[in-house]
Amino acid sequence: MSTLTIKQKKKIHPTMFTLWMGIASIIMMFAGLTSAYIVKRNQANWTTFDLPLVFWYSTVVIIISSITLQLSHKAFKQREMAKYRGLVVASLLLGLLFIVMQVIGFNQLWIKGITLTKNVSFSFLYVIVGLHSLHVLGGVIALLVLFANAFSAKVRSYNIVPLEVISTYWHFVDILWVYLLIFLLMIR
Amino acid sequence: MSNTATLQTVQEAEVHGVHHHEHHEHHETFISKYVFSQDHKMIARQFLITGMIWAIIGGLFSVLFRLQLGYPNSTFPWLEDLLGHWAKGGKLQPEFYYALVTMHGTILVFFVLTAGLSGTFANFLIPLQIGARDMASPMLNMLSYWFFFLASIIMFSSLFVQTGPASGGWTIYPPLSALGDASSGSKIGMDLWLASMAMFIISSLLGGLNYITTILNMRTKGMSMTRMPLTIWALFFTAVLGVLSFPVLLSGAILLLFDRNLGTSFFLSDIVVNGKILPNEGGSAILFQHLFWFLGHPEVYIILLPAMGMSSEIISVNSRKPIFGYMAMVGSLFAIAILAFLVWAHHMFVTGLNPFLGAFFVLLTLLIAVPSAIKVFNWLTTLWRANIRFTPAMLFAIGFVSLFISGGLTGIFLGNSALDIHLHDTYFVVAHFHIVMGVASFMGMFAGVYHWFPKMYGRFLNNTLGYIHFWVTITGAYLIFWPMHYEGLAGMPRRYYDFSNWESFKMFAGLNEFISFVSMIVFAAQLLFVFNFFYSIFKGRKVKDLNPWGANTLEWTTPVNPGHGNWVGEIPEVHRGAYDYGKDGREFIPQTEPIGENESHH
Repeated sequence: MSTLTIKQKKKIHPTMFTLWMGIASIIMMFAGLTSAYIVKRNQANWTTFDLPLVFWYSTVVIIISSITLQLSHKAFKQREMAKYRGLVVASLLLGLLFIVMQVIGFNQLWIKGITLTKNVSFSFLYVIVGLHSLHVLGGVIALLVLFANAFSAKVRSYNIVPLEVISTYWHFVDILWVYLLIFLLMIR
Repeated sequence: MSNTATLQTVQEAEVHGVHHHEHHEHHETFISKYVFSQDHKMIARQFLITGMIWAIIGGLFSVLFRLQLGYPNSTFPWLEDLLGHWAKGGKLQPEFYYALVTMHGTILVFFVLTAGLSGTFANFLIPLQIGARDMASPMLNMLSYWFFFLASIIMFSSLFVQTGPASGGWTIYPPLSALGDASSGSKIGMDLWLASMAMFIISSLLGGLNYITTILNMRTKGMSMTRMPLTIWALFFTAVLGVLSFPVLLSGAILLLFDRNLGTSFFLSDIVVNGKILPNEGGSAILFQHLFWFLGHPEVYIILLPAMGMSSEIISVNSRKPIFGYMAMVGSLFAIAILAFLVWAHHMFVTGLNPFLGAFFVLLTLLIAVPSAIKVFNWLTTLWRANIRFTPAMLFAIGFVSLFISGGLTGIFLGNSALDIHLHDTYFVVAHFHIVMGVASFMGMFAGVYHWFPKMYGRFLNNTLGYIHFWVTITGAYLIFWPMHYEGLAGMPRRYYDFSNWESFKMFAGLNEFISFVSMIVFAAQLLFVFNFFYSIFKGRKVKDLNPWGANTLEWTTPVNPGHGNWVGEIPEVHRGAYDYGKDGREFIPQTEPIGENESHH
């Protein structure tokens, strides 16, 4: 019986496991897009351009949001619920700010004449960065639900699984963005 | 994840599980039981029946376009009554012929043999055979079905739009699929196709995530991975293939949607439509083919692997012998799953692919023959000198092996890039993939339905109708597709509307008529099965014995009509593998029986 308990302790929660599988499939989707980008880049009609400066700031924002979410995780475990709620709100707002900054970046590009349909290399940027922002938005919505639950007076939940699942996803989209930024800088 | 946190959640999950169970005994309404059910068995039946409806539609489409191919000079006034302007004067219009071919492929490949096959049996068998009360996430499972339902509705509605459904072939290659002006089937029908497929991909992903998580995390005590029935192994690899390949199709579909509706040029370059030069520049149509076939080839195995797994199980049960080479069967499934990702370019040998690169894809493609041959060898050696019970399920499983061999052999021809120069886009290809992937998987699916129907509905299917169904289907399949090999070798191209005014292929007129005639008979035999299915749900012979086939696996330890939660008391513990048949003088030893002291090893 004791061996069984130890085994159970090491076991990953099924929901978390499902998330990891989901992450694998999201990776495959972006792998499809970025490899299409590489293939297309080696053909005719490819234009090189600079990414807007605001993408750098947005990178900082999303990294900070990951840190605040990690801190909220720590606060949750120490049952400092007020601190936990504050940090969740901070991460949520930073996530939204990230999306806004991406839109601002798109806007700057557009004004410079780098529009969606002008060249296929521009189109790729819009699609890849846009799809990533949608994934961040998904994380923001999930965090919003968690946030609503944290303030619900009826249910006082100390289940850490939802928080862990969402923060793993959040760190994933964070790392994904850093990867995409490096990819877009290195290969253009 | 820290240990304390996990321990806490495990306890919570246990408490939650118990509650969940109690709730369900009490208030189950019609809606929660039959419509928005979270019971994996009900979801499986929903997938199966939706899949069957699609199969009838997709099959009917093939009969309609076979009418055109078999009787190109005849008119059928009743067609005009049925299809209106699509069959003016009783003759299928060319545009509609293409729409029928496209929808036949799409429906059969995705809606029937992906959702209908692995959706049904992964849902039904995974919890029952690994000893779980339900899927890891019943909620996601339910969503998986309803996304599929939504995809079905969208695809079905596309059949009724003014300009017709998508008609660029099931592979929807751009530029044809990207330009609304290019053909009537590239207008709204194509958008609906893409929207429907996006829903379908979400459904597959939700399902696949759940299947993998359930198999890896929810097995009962003693059910180690190497004690799992081969069905579960096959469904596991199917889900892995789906989770890793469908997102790539989604990215291709997204880029195509951008090209269609927002004026980008991912796949378009230098195109003139109706004398008008399009502004699109710099795209590559071949790029789409890479993205498509990176899914498309694993998709073949997504269709085939469940049929392989179920046939392995059914052949072993009805041979009353252990499956020959269990670990080799698992290993070959694994090898097929890996190779599935490395061969996609063999669909593109003649697109201008670098021949040097092609050589590697030839090698990798032909390598698939190795695990395939291992599987065939093991099926045959399982059957060898066995006490075979020829139930309808067993016949279909053997039929699967037969078709897999016949169709697999022509794959060796097509996997060769030099031969492909002659054979590509001919009826040889049509014959090959219909036998090895289409009909073979259908055989596996039928085997599964006949074998597990007693567990699904607590009644048996009618055996006599089952035998008629089997013999008409297998004979018909060979009569339809065998002659197509000759037509293909002679160079007859696929997807053409009319061969009668073409000197080189006039000689096949009689053969085409014969093929069309047989296809109608086979279609009628499938309707017989549909009748048998629905009749037996209500009026079939009742199952009295808990374990009617004398099988070892866990699903036969549940009550005849298991409720939500599957087992009434504790989940049984597993002590052995699933294939202890004909051992120590006993016909079968269920997995739940502890290993005896003097038991011999297999």
